[in-house]
Amino acid sequence: MRALRKLFSFNGGVKPAPHKAASIAEPIAIAPLPERLMVPLWQSTGAAALPLVQAGDRVLKGQRIGAADGGLSVAVHAPSSGTVLEIGPQPMAHPSGLLAPAIVLATDGEERWTELEPVNVGGTPPDALRDILRDAGIVGLGGAVFPSHQKLRPGAHGTRTLIINGAECEPFITCDDMLMRERAAGVLRGAMLMKHILQAREILIGIEDNKPEALAAMRAAAGSEAEVVAVPTRYPAGGAKQLIRVLTGIEVPHGRRSTDYGVQCFNVGTAFAIHQALDHGQPLISRLVTVAGNVARPRNYEVLIGTAMREVVALAGPRPDTNRYIMGGPMMGLPMPGFDVPVVKATNAILAGSPTLFPPAPPEQPCIRCGDCARACPADLQPLELYWFSRARNFGKAQEYHLFDCIECGCCAYVCPAHIPLVDYYRYAKSEVWAREREKEAADAARQRFEFRNFRQEREDSEKAAKLAARNAAAAAAARAAADSPAPSATAAEPAEPAAEGQKKALIAAALARAQAQQAAAPPRNTDDLSAETQAEIAAIEARRQEPATTANIAGGDATGTSATPTAMPAAADKKKALIAAALARAQAQQAAAPPRNTDKLSAETQAEIAAIEARRQQAARLPPEPAPEPPREPPLEPPK
Amino acid sequence: MLSALLVMTGIALAIGAALGYAAVRFRVEGDPLVEKIDAILPQTQCGQCGYPGCKPYAQAIAGGEAEINQCPPGGEEGIRKLADLLGREVKPLSEEHGVEKPKAVAVIDEQTCIGCTLCIQACPVDAIVGAAKQMHTVVEKLCTGCELCVAPCPVDCISMVTQAETVQTWKWRYPVVPLRVEGKRAA
Repeated sequence: MRALRKLFSFNGGVKPAPHKAASIAEPIAIAPLPERLMVPLWQSTGAAALPLVQAGDRVLKGQRIGAADGGLSVAVHAPSSGTVLEIGPQPMAHPSGLLAPAIVLATDGEERWTELEPVNVGGTPPDALRDILRDAGIVGLGGAVFPSHQKLRPGAHGTRTLIINGAECEPFITCDDMLMRERAAGVLRGAMLMKHILQAREILIGIEDNKPEALAAMRAAAGSEAEVVAVPTRYPAGGAKQLIRVLTGIEVPHGRRSTDYGVQCFNVGTAFAIHQALDHGQPLISRLVTVAGNVARPRNYEVLIGTAMREVVALAGPRPDTNRYIMGGPMMGLPMPGFDVPVVKATNAILAGSPTLFPPAPPEQPCIRCGDCARACPADLQPLELYWFSRARNFGKAQEYHLFDCIECGCCAYVCPAHIPLVDYYRYAKSEVWAREREKEAADAARQRFEFRNFRQEREDSEKAAKLAARNAAAAAAARAAADSPAPSATAAEPAEPAAEGQKKALIAAALARAQAQQAAAPPRNTDDLSAETQAEIAAIEARRQEPATTANIAGGDATGTSATPTAMPAAADKKKALIAAALARAQAQQAAAPPRNTDKLSAETQAEIAAIEARRQQAARLPPEPAPEPPREPPLEPPK
Repeated sequence: MLSALLVMTGIALAIGAALGYAAVRFRVEGDPLVEKIDAILPQTQCGQCGYPGCKPYAQAIAGGEAEINQCPPGGEEGIRKLADLLGREVKPLSEEHGVEKPKAVAVIDEQTCIGCTLCIQACPVDAIVGAAKQMHTVVEKLCTGCELCVAPCPVDCISMVTQAETVQTWKWRYPVVPLRVEGKRAA
């Protein structure tokens, strides 16, 4: 059976020096419990988790402290028991060097577990299992941290083959190798669980042939349940698409996923984490990390998520000239901004770097289009074209040449005779494209909202206009009805109109009478405690106010009395004249009676000046009185209240 | 002679009918050029160009009434794209219409807000929520940073906050190459 399997091959690839022997000399060690743990909330490809605890809370080991937020997000858990110190921006294992929100724990050393519930896998529907995996924080531990629960969905035509990726092709890294050697049963159990969830028909475990111990251990554990396949050692045989191609011969085309072809691929570490999550109820709170590079004793450690990288590297004895850490291997690893960044779910290895171990790249020379990169590219791309387009910021063209099929394996840069940092250009171009896509999405949303707002405003305006028009139309119709009806027949309509008019007038008169009564009944109360002088003033004002009020009353009484129209006109004119006269008289009286009060304390000179102005004003006021109907502008002609 | 005339007339009529049919059948609604220009504009709806929104500006550009360099939020890149699309010269951003600024969002100081709703009425994308005499707040995700809400606020409680880069929005830098021209551009 084993001999019958035909292996395929991918194009390109390179064979860098493996540097693996040093870190597999000793078994996996458990890293000691640190005093402080920084658990970043963003540890998956999706959104950051939502914190479930507050500063000061006590948490237990394995307690969920961050909940998944959206489909591509997973939960995060307390790696040990202790107290939440703070939730805030902390250094992050990310090449940007930016701070990211994290939960900082002070461990209490007790390592008290929260209650763990093993899952009855057979009696739980797959959807519930996926939710459990999401809440257990399971992501792809090969380094991409894609949420496993999203990958554990059978494709449209079902999933035939489940591939467990133990190739581990990158130099220096040995954590998957050690995991398979020491915990083969757990890995296999995880694979079986995934096979169950995916309803897959077969399990293939691909391991590079430079790991004979791991191959033997996995074969012993697998028995007839899974097929363990040794694949030729060639970087990047551990790339998902490359491994699928080697094992099944399926070449997943651009823009498609392997699920569409009935194949799904998981890392061995992920399989082990799924075994722990479902069989023991234990969430993902630790992972294996290879510490290698410029250290005295390279080794694999089981490290709690959130431990500072400095503390992990310290266990392996870093040499004094260590000047930087690299998360991952030398081909695809990311430079870390500092030594205090935490270990995250993506940290498969920490390489201590020094100027002698990883010397700075020789100066870049111009691309001569030799094509070495194209021969080395395992994704069958044209790296030199991508380089030219990325360098010229011609991102559209770069995408046409399938920039996003690049897996950033670094083969092209490895073989480039001109030492061009090709992958840096691709990363730059990819992040620029992503940023533009984000902007485009935001712009489209803004356009939609703007258009909807305009639509809404227009609708509101038209609704208002329609209402107004309706009201006007109703009024016009009533008026027309009133005007039309007396002409043809004087019987029914005539009494209706005067009746309506009379009713209105009666109402007004009644309201006026009420106001009068109110004024008479309730004298203003705030005038009781005033001085005699003020009282007198108020009385004068009251008297003046009474005057027009009575005229109005008379007019109102007038209107109610007779059947109106013919007599109303002259009565109104008379009233107006009387009012004007009264107002004039009032203004005169006021001027005479109440000299301006704020002039009393002024100097004699100013007083004289004011007197002169007053005199002039009086003169001016007296000038225009002859024509009478035009009221002088000084006293405001107020309608009676 | 006559047959030739008839043949030519027949061909002319047939082609004319085909063209007439095509004009009706494949009629394009709206102006596709305006749509293309609108797609390039940043949709900030800030009105700095002198038109009440991006679409009206796009229409003005398409109609030849406006220059392509009146959009500060679009910046140099926007001008370059418009120039490419329209075959016009690239021009520097017109200073009278403003300067290119990093993207910011409006933030309401909720202690000071008196709930007057003036900013809600000013917001072109309905990104402010609140009601009369109730505290208002800006929905950060929807804010385009147009600054139109800043001026109407009677208590000056709205400030524009530049959006900081986060780990999720961080971009890889242009690889610095020791060639002078590129080095300058990257800086």
